[in-house]
Amino acid sequence: MDRAIAIQVSHLTKTYDKHTAVSDLSFEVYGGEIFGLLGPNGAGKSTTLRTIITLLTPTSGTVSVLGHDTVREADLVRRLIGYVPQERAIDRFLTGREHLELLGALYHLSKAEAAKRIAELLKLVELEEAADRAAKTYSGGMKRKLDIACGLLPDPKILFLDEPTLGLDVQSRLRIWEYVRMLKARGMTIVMTTNYLDEADQLCDRLAIIDGGKIKTLGSPTELKIGLGGDIVSLTLKDPSKIATLVAALTKQPAMRAVKATQTGLDIRVESPEKALPAILESANRLDCQLEFIEYHRPRLDDVFIAHTGRSIKDDVPMEKEAV
Amino acid sequence: MKEYWQEISALTMRWVKRLSREKFSMLFTLVQPMLFWLIFFGNLFQRAADMQVTQAPDYISFLTAGVVVMTVLNNGLAGGVDLLFDKENGFLERLMTTPIHRSSVILSRFIFVMTITSLQVLVILGVAFLFGVQPATGLLGIATILMIGMLFGVGLTAISMAMAFSVKSHGDFFSVLGFLSLPAIFLSSALVPLAGMPAWMGFLARFNPMTWAIDAVRPLILTGWTEALPHVGMVVVVMVIFDALCLYGSAKVFRRAMG
Ligand SMILES: Nc1ncnc2c1ncn2[C@@H]1O[C@H](COP(=O)(O)OP(=O)(O)O)[C@@H](O)[C@H]1O
Ligand SMILES: [Mg+2]
Repeated sequence: MDRAIAIQVSHLTKTYDKHTAVSDLSFEVYGGEIFGLLGPNGAGKSTTLRTIITLLTPTSGTVSVLGHDTVREADLVRRLIGYVPQERAIDRFLTGREHLELLGALYHLSKAEAAKRIAELLKLVELEEAADRAAKTYSGGMKRKLDIACGLLPDPKILFLDEPTLGLDVQSRLRIWEYVRMLKARGMTIVMTTNYLDEADQLCDRLAIIDGGKIKTLGSPTELKIGLGGDIVSLTLKDPSKIATLVAALTKQPAMRAVKATQTGLDIRVESPEKALPAILESANRLDCQLEFIEYHRPRLDDVFIAHTGRSIKDDVPMEKEAV
Repeated sequence: MKEYWQEISALTMRWVKRLSREKFSMLFTLVQPMLFWLIFFGNLFQRAADMQVTQAPDYISFLTAGVVVMTVLNNGLAGGVDLLFDKENGFLERLMTTPIHRSSVILSRFIFVMTITSLQVLVILGVAFLFGVQPATGLLGIATILMIGMLFGVGLTAISMAMAFSVKSHGDFFSVLGFLSLPAIFLSSALVPLAGMPAWMGFLARFNPMTWAIDAVRPLILTGWTEALPHVGMVVVVMVIFDALCLYGSAKVFRRAMG
């Protein structure tokens, strides 16, 4: 992959009055990747995003986008990026097409150029039929699509999406994921925030987990999961009195990373299941420990989140639903 | 320069579109001052008002200047409302991520509010004409009235926009609006000339820029140039100072709000 740095965030701190929303954040976003900021509500995702796109000025630290400082060269940065805000920033009295025409003028496109792009975008987000209706008649999913079309109108090098699928139904979510993947395939760099683990897992090439305004960990979803230290094998024994014997027998073996007794059996972290599973079964047989149940799973992003923040992300996720 | 104009005209057209889609609100904005103040108030107080005090042939011709300036006041003070909504629903943020001159949004709002206000003033003068009020200074006088209205309106709109950017909630905005607008009307020469007021009210009204505007517009309608010119000269000076203060104060707020 092209490893050119698209965005460089160095020691970014942003305080509102006295409240520190993000503190000493540093990370890079590479050209052509989908970069995610994952965290619960109030973690500081939107604040970080808004600072990168010049809406907020850092309290301290610097941000540069494609080599341009977001404070000193704000106007230049604005010409290179597109933004899809977290709230549906829609004027209910304007039609979908009028939104795009307005933005066309604000990005200084000629009438002809704007008309061409608007036609393409309306087609892309499947709003051709609704284009000349006032936006107040749009469903939640349609508004989101219009938002995305607005973000794409300037034909940006980098697209910023703030919680693009929050509150959408499953179908609309999948549709938005498709757009994001397609845009990446066209070479666009994408930065998005989310508090959905599955979204971060499936969509992002790399992600930063933030909580309480700080980056807890950063890497590709796979790296983060591997970083936890291997897959997990959980055993449930028919006779709990044998647990201690089996723990003692397995702990010495090289294929096991960590062996832990639980209420009904054992949790074993293993480096590779191919080596570990036969060894576990062999020991169990030899010591006459009958197995009631055996479960094997790779670490999920949930496990990563819990390991780094000490709590589950779901604690804070609001469940609102909107129809397409 | 060309880009600047493209931004301003697109943003101004958006305000026009919004107004034209809100049919009910448009009708209400246009008709309310004429119906309520001019026709009801003007006719209701016809007999109650003392001609010796108003120095006018009838109350409605006295009141016309007041209604004109009240319209400027209300439009100006409400001039920031749409920006308040834009701020609250995130549309302003979307505008601010585009590479526009930060001042375009503000300028488009000035242009829109001034245009609507001028149209409204013309309609009010038209309705007053139907009730027999003929401006003594003719077309040039009407042009002068529009100029005074705009001078006053610029400062008011600036205050309103600055308020829209500063308030925490839109409830606050409307409370302040209500708090400002009625006293501004009663503590001015809109309904009663200063000479006809209790001394303390007359004293306070002298510090109200609205009084100066009305005292210039009234002779333009009632008497003629000789009477009006000194007042017109005076109001221009007062309004330039008023606008300078308002713009200076609000520019700081705009810069903080929009970077
Ligand atoms: N305009 C603001 N004024 C004061 N505090 C704010 C403002 N915006 C956000 N915050 C606070 O900053 C923190 C981070 O907010 P935000 O960046 O919106 O988080 P997220 O997008 O991850 O939910 C929160 O505690 C929030 O209450
Ligand atoms: Mg957010």
